[in-house]
Amino acid sequence: MNTLISLLLAALLTLGLAGPAQAQQKSDPDNPDANATWQQMRTSMFQDRAITTPADAVLSLEAPERAQDAAIVPISIRTHVEQRPERYIERVYLMIDNNPSPMGAVFHFTPKSGRADIETRVRIDAYTHVRAIAEMNTGELYMATRFVKASGGCSAPPGKDMQAAMASLGKMRFRVEGEVEPGKPALAQLMISHPNNSGLVMDQLTRMYTPAYFVRRIQVSYAGEPVLSADVDFSISENPNFRFYFVPTGEGELKAEVIDTNDLRFETAVKVGAGS
Amino acid sequence: MSPRACSLRHSIAVLALAWAGQCGASPAIEPLPVEEIAPGVHVHTGHQATWPGARGDEVEGDVAGLGFVVGTRCVAVIDTGGSPALGQRLLAAVRRATPQPVCYVINTHVHPDHTLGNAAFAALEPRPRFVGHARLKASLAARAPFYREALARDLGIATGEDDIVYPDFEVEGNAELDLGDRRLLLQAWPTAHTDNDLSVLDQSSATLFAGDLLFIGHLPVIDGRLLGWLEVMDRLARTQAKRVVPGHGGPTADWRAALDRQRRYLEGVRDGIREALAGKRTIADAVESLAHTGIDGWLLTADFHRRNLTAAYAELEWED
Repeated sequence: MNTLISLLLAALLTLGLAGPAQAQQKSDPDNPDANATWQQMRTSMFQDRAITTPADAVLSLEAPERAQDAAIVPISIRTHVEQRPERYIERVYLMIDNNPSPMGAVFHFTPKSGRADIETRVRIDAYTHVRAIAEMNTGELYMATRFVKASGGCSAPPGKDMQAAMASLGKMRFRVEGEVEPGKPALAQLMISHPNNSGLVMDQLTRMYTPAYFVRRIQVSYAGEPVLSADVDFSISENPNFRFYFVPTGEGELKAEVIDTNDLRFETAVKVGAGS
Repeated sequence: MSPRACSLRHSIAVLALAWAGQCGASPAIEPLPVEEIAPGVHVHTGHQATWPGARGDEVEGDVAGLGFVVGTRCVAVIDTGGSPALGQRLLAAVRRATPQPVCYVINTHVHPDHTLGNAAFAALEPRPRFVGHARLKASLAARAPFYREALARDLGIATGEDDIVYPDFEVEGNAELDLGDRRLLLQAWPTAHTDNDLSVLDQSSATLFAGDLLFIGHLPVIDGRLLGWLEVMDRLARTQAKRVVPGHGGPTADWRAALDRQRRYLEGVRDGIREALAGKRTIADAVESLAHTGIDGWLLTADFHRRNLTAAYAELEWED
């Protein structure tokens, strides 16, 4: 009997009655180019420009093979190009093909970034390719891809404690790691307490979707000059966390400004001096 | 008995209860095996496996501890299984055990292995009250699309929105349910395993249904707040209970020892992550460096230990 029910349900499934899962694209781990969302994004963002991949000499992407916690998947983009005024990585796009909003973040760098590396955490529910695409100031494009399997078990992308996240909304932590040497790229970490939710949740009483509420823009400057800005969305995990570089020159203030979709602004700064 | 006869009988209120035993369960549905661990306390122990399992394997979503408690007036079901079909099988087990109607369906928390069988009980006449933590509804609404997707992807089971049944009796603090000469004491906890954990104490038999506040065998899973869970465990340990039905693993009288074992694991995760944070390790490095630590004797460590480390890091990096 159970087998019969299973067969019947499997038949219904193929008729397309399965719900949100069916809206998602299938991804072939061995063929990152085949995904329809990617093909659309590629055309609209980069038209017929060449994209070199793999591009290990320019950038690499680290992600776990399997999303352990679907709400918190660590992503690390490492670049291997010096940020010189004449040639540097101007943008890094972070894409997650099968997320509801595939373009998770666009990071903007300058020569004063020192390195265009970025580490963050994203939400991933479905089996998907994750892409990091570097765009040089001279226009060339390079891409690194990784296939990430969905988490098993009861893990899901929404945050763990919405009430707690709202209670500490806008709290930030900002620090520079290690010894600071003038002229040498230094690593900074910015942590933002924010629910960063997708708004894809229906209120059971009103049958209305809750509004999305997420951090949409981050601007970081050092001594008044931009070193990183980012346009991000709810593919970034609850309590967004970014690690990135900047080049200290001596005494100066590293300042971060964060803007969310309600146009709330949060600011934080850390004093950076030689040997701090 | 034909379905028509059933519906006719149901329309007569006085007879409805008497006939419920025959009408609700189709003979084709195999009752879920349950054990009567104390008079009127029936428990089903799920497989030690991840939900939902794979199509065609023996698990089919059946991984959680479920149960029902029978009073002189009615029955309370505590968790309903990891698919609508398992809910039907649990209902069949209730029918086999007692003619009393089901008046409450209690969900100990949001996870799909505990809630996706709810739909089987929502169709009953009269409809039972669905009982959950005050924060269950929001959590279930946010997660249901992903749970339904997993059922479709891994088991080939298609579900509709109606298969997700939300609580209509929400518990903040505590509540008492009267089953007729039998009271259940419900406790809604601050964020621990999840942000919507609810435990159920049957006072007559001193049996505590802990939900996933207690794991036995199956590695504990952090989907709420690690530090909160450790605090809740201290309070849970003070419960006057002769035996505990855990969310995973079999019922036990030796539940304080099981709680201690769980505490040792969770404290190990906490201490390891704190040390990694002090050493300025990144989240990915911290997870890899602790991937094989503290997991001896537990099951499903490959599925859940790294996940726990990840969640713990994201929580503890905000500690002062």
